[in-house]
Amino acid sequence: MSALYGLMAEFDNPEDLVRAARRAYQQGYRKMDAYSPYPVEGLADAIGFRHTRISLLVLMGGIIGGLSGFCLQYWISVIDYPLNVGGRPYNSWPSFIPVTFELTVLFGALAAVLGMLGLNRLPMPYHPVFNAPRFALATRDRFFLAIEAGDPQFDREQTRRFLESLMPQGVSEVEP
Amino acid sequence: MAETERDTRTIVPAGPPVIAPGHTIASVTDQIGGMVLTRHTPRVWLAGFAVAFLLVMVLLYAVAYLLARGVGIWGIKIPVGWGFAIVNFVWWIGIGHAGTLISAILLLMHQAWRTSINRFAEAMTLFAVACAGMFPLLHLGRPWYFYWLFPYPSTMGVWPQFRSPLVWDVFAVSTYATVSFIFWFVGLIPDLATLRDQAQHWFPRRLYGILAMGWRGSAIHWRRYEDVYRLLAGLATPLVVSVHSVVSFDFTVAIVPGWHSTIFPPYFVAGAIYSGFAMVLTLAIPLRAVYHLEDFITLRHLDNMAKVLLATGLMVAYGYFMETLMAWYSGNRYERFMMMNRVLGPYAWVFWAVMGCNVLAVQACWSRRVRANVPALFAVALLVNLGMWLERFMIIVGGLHRDFLPSSWGMYYPTIWDWATLIGSIGLFLSLMFLFVRLLPAISIFELRQLVARPEYARSET
Repeated sequence: MSALYGLMAEFDNPEDLVRAARRAYQQGYRKMDAYSPYPVEGLADAIGFRHTRISLLVLMGGIIGGLSGFCLQYWISVIDYPLNVGGRPYNSWPSFIPVTFELTVLFGALAAVLGMLGLNRLPMPYHPVFNAPRFALATRDRFFLAIEAGDPQFDREQTRRFLESLMPQGVSEVEP
Repeated sequence: MAETERDTRTIVPAGPPVIAPGHTIASVTDQIGGMVLTRHTPRVWLAGFAVAFLLVMVLLYAVAYLLARGVGIWGIKIPVGWGFAIVNFVWWIGIGHAGTLISAILLLMHQAWRTSINRFAEAMTLFAVACAGMFPLLHLGRPWYFYWLFPYPSTMGVWPQFRSPLVWDVFAVSTYATVSFIFWFVGLIPDLATLRDQAQHWFPRRLYGILAMGWRGSAIHWRRYEDVYRLLAGLATPLVVSVHSVVSFDFTVAIVPGWHSTIFPPYFVAGAIYSGFAMVLTLAIPLRAVYHLEDFITLRHLDNMAKVLLATGLMVAYGYFMETLMAWYSGNRYERFMMMNRVLGPYAWVFWAVMGCNVLAVQACWSRRVRANVPALFAVALLVNLGMWLERFMIIVGGLHRDFLPSSWGMYYPTIWDWATLIGSIGLFLSLMFLFVRLLPAISIFELRQLVARPEYARSET
């Protein structure tokens, strides 16, 4: 028997996929993922994924950006290079707001995107799911559910029978 | 109880559909993807790109001459030290703002019709910001020292002056360019994956494959992706307001009559969105005709955009009115003189052209017949583009050329190099747009799929 990444079932509509994903979760499968050409509501919940942690990252990015923006200006204008401009105080904080704000947004946005790419482990040059014969359609109009061989409940025959019971368009084996 | 059962977040459109009926998620994928993955290049595209690229050559020539000879080749001389370069800067950056408005604010407001125009509006933002960013740098005189604007620990021991709006501008524009780029690119990732999977030839498969970074449409990835997309929209919304406010601070913080005014930040933001929507219409109308996108960019889109154009046009008209009123009501003789000079002075023709283009022409959009008449809308959009450029000319040159002391009055005459740089920047913008339409999906494919999958958007009359 050759090594296996997992088994993949193909569906032609999102409702069947969500239903199948929910059933698989109820059966006790945990190491699985669903693939769709557009975000399907409730699909991530169905495979047991709840917290994205993205908002926390953005909040932290924003706070770090804002603080570093203000501290940069404070340090330059008050400590390292104090310059009297028309008698204004060295710490003329209202003038520092625009740059503080811009850096808050910049760091927040960068944290969001880099955080998403990092958590999604992208860029990923190779992934086994692309070995599934019809997987190119996952970015067009087909919906896939993959149960990975690493799942403790995984059994080549039983899992295949289970997936076939979900009325897919087809089930295929995915090489690692 | 039908009211409570309905998904309250979704605004189901009444009236004509936002996408023509009969489309499936496969058909939208094939049509939009097919615009890119084909050997066929429309003749109009080739002709348009040739003209635009010629103008890029004009720009290169003008910039090379500028670098060799200095800003003296332009018409700027005291008292008018800010000429075309700054007018062009404000004009271009304003144009960019509609792209962010469409992609971010309309997303947060769950406006389904934004889907088929957001991608190329975002690209428009990016290219407009690229054109905008070029001008202050060229205007520096010694553009090769542009990095002095950034706070880096230099051996000279000096730092940027953070009390100056010009330094705020550096941060605002560079943040805006960065955030617009990542917002646009994040939106592209799933579509790049589609192109990778649809491409027949090895080269596009590799190219789009590298850019898609291995996106595979996993449910977990989508979930994070949607979070990020919405958060970016939330961040971009105040950003877009801040950027043009900061641009307006470049003027309002100075004491020049006609610049020193508290109404400028909101008035500039409204003007930015106004000119940007005019540019979106200017681009959308030929795009849908050449690529037969009438199914996706429907009359409903044009109608909605015309309404936004009208609304922002009225805000801008209110800005003009308030400026005039305050010049009179303030009792400040310099302000009064500035306004009289604007209306009756040597640049009076600019003022009246601005009124004609920005205040009068757009009133045509009250009429349903005009909003459904594509050539008429196109004409209004072109007039607004022109009018908004003239408006910045009116503010910048009009403020400077006659300030407090009659002995220091003067006139501003643009030279051929001013014109060459302006026209060249339009060429650069159009060239980038042409390349974008040819090489990347001009309409967001995955968002269209989402739209098609919810049939309530495709139905005609409610």
